[in-house]
Amino acid sequence: MELDFSPVWTGWTQLLEGALITVEITSVSLLLGCALGLLAGIGRLNPARRLIYGVCTAYVAAVRGTPLLVQLFILFFGLPQFGILLPAFLCGVLGLGVYSGAYVSEIVRGAIQSIDRGQMEAARSIGLSSSQAMQSVILPQAVVRMIPPLGNEFIALIKNSALVSLLTIHDLMHEGQKIISVSYRSLEVYLAIAVLYFVLTGITTLALRKLERHLKAGGMVQ
Amino acid sequence: MTSTPADSAAIISIRGLRKSFGEHVVLNGIDFDVIPKQVIVVIGPSGSGKSTFLRCCNGLEQAEGGRVDICGRTLVNEGCMLPDADLNALREEVGMVFQSFNLFPHLSVRDNITLGPRKLRGLSRAQAQIEADVLLQKVGLTQKADAMPASLSGGQKQRVAIARALAMKPRVMLFDEPTSALDPELVGEVLQVMKLLASEGMTMMVVTHEMDFAKEVADVVVVMDGGIIIEAGPPETIFTNPTQERTRGFLQAVLSRT
Repeated sequence: MELDFSPVWTGWTQLLEGALITVEITSVSLLLGCALGLLAGIGRLNPARRLIYGVCTAYVAAVRGTPLLVQLFILFFGLPQFGILLPAFLCGVLGLGVYSGAYVSEIVRGAIQSIDRGQMEAARSIGLSSSQAMQSVILPQAVVRMIPPLGNEFIALIKNSALVSLLTIHDLMHEGQKIISVSYRSLEVYLAIAVLYFVLTGITTLALRKLERHLKAGGMVQ
Repeated sequence: MTSTPADSAAIISIRGLRKSFGEHVVLNGIDFDVIPKQVIVVIGPSGSGKSTFLRCCNGLEQAEGGRVDICGRTLVNEGCMLPDADLNALREEVGMVFQSFNLFPHLSVRDNITLGPRKLRGLSRAQAQIEADVLLQKVGLTQKADAMPASLSGGQKQRVAIARALAMKPRVMLFDEPTSALDPELVGEVLQVMKLLASEGMTMMVVTHEMDFAKEVADVVVVMDGGIIIEAGPPETIFTNPTQERTRGFLQAVLSRT
């Protein structure tokens, strides 16, 4: 068998454009996921606030308990039945962001709960309200502990984003498949796609490692 | 049980304080008054409820029964706590120092001290830093202003924790075993700062096992056991002529150790 990478070389701008869409959709989803994860994670800290706790718990259970692909299809193919026709990019961002948010929420909750109880007590004892204490004392420490598991989540999100190619979004996966459909060189093109995803996840890993090192140097991590 | 009569001048007034953790009764009816500038030292065997008693005085624990009035406010009355906003305001007046220091590890020494004043007293960073530097001088740590807590010794951490509490200009200071987590050679530097505060007229409630400190500084020594105050009085009485057998037994056990 002979490998022929010529379709990859001729279509490399197309692949890079796709990779750019992948970066865009992942970045926006990441921001949405972090925002939702932070809210849901904090919402699940106190079971005594039953409504907030219940809503956040139901969100996490529903999203984690069903396949991402099904969630994306509900948004893209299901909602139009109710006359809700969202642009494909928005469906992708919403689907990935909401999915990621459920996992981020557990990371947030775990990190906050791992902070020694004495920190909250000390903050409250000088008169800070619980939200001030959370903002100034607990979260800055918890964020540092979130970085390694968030790194895993970010990488999973980049890879999961390949599913949005099924929503007609012209991401890396979609562009690769277009090249395959005219060149019939599946192995070579999929290998090229794999390499590009690997580069994206590698850059993310390095960036997070650098951030962690920077925080350690600043004394944020002991 | 010793019950001090109600004193209208009291800055802390405690009546019938009760607190349980599940089935376990920790405080079983405490009556006590503290008048301004008094130094109260609370002693007693482990598990006698000393720390819980102290923590009930700033609402870190919620008592189910009885009443606590402190700095002119009713903190808790038969299980009903002060609303959160008032509780926060009250805590500004009641400083607390913990056994395990609880410094904020992500903030420098100076930022640990200025956080409260900036967020709650509305001071600018510059104003708060000037005040923090005065406090650091008082606790003898001027040179550590920019250090991170992780680089400090236990004694230094506790002195920073005292400065952090003082930054809110409290009227009362609560100390929960402030020297128990320290290596023996570092205890003195913390006690010295506490003696300085006492000499300046700060109202203090101190849970401690440092009997020499109690003898030297306390106006009233409170002996707790089994969730009640078994005896309270001036240190010379408690240490030389206690009326309760349990006090005698406890003091013998503690003093023979040192």
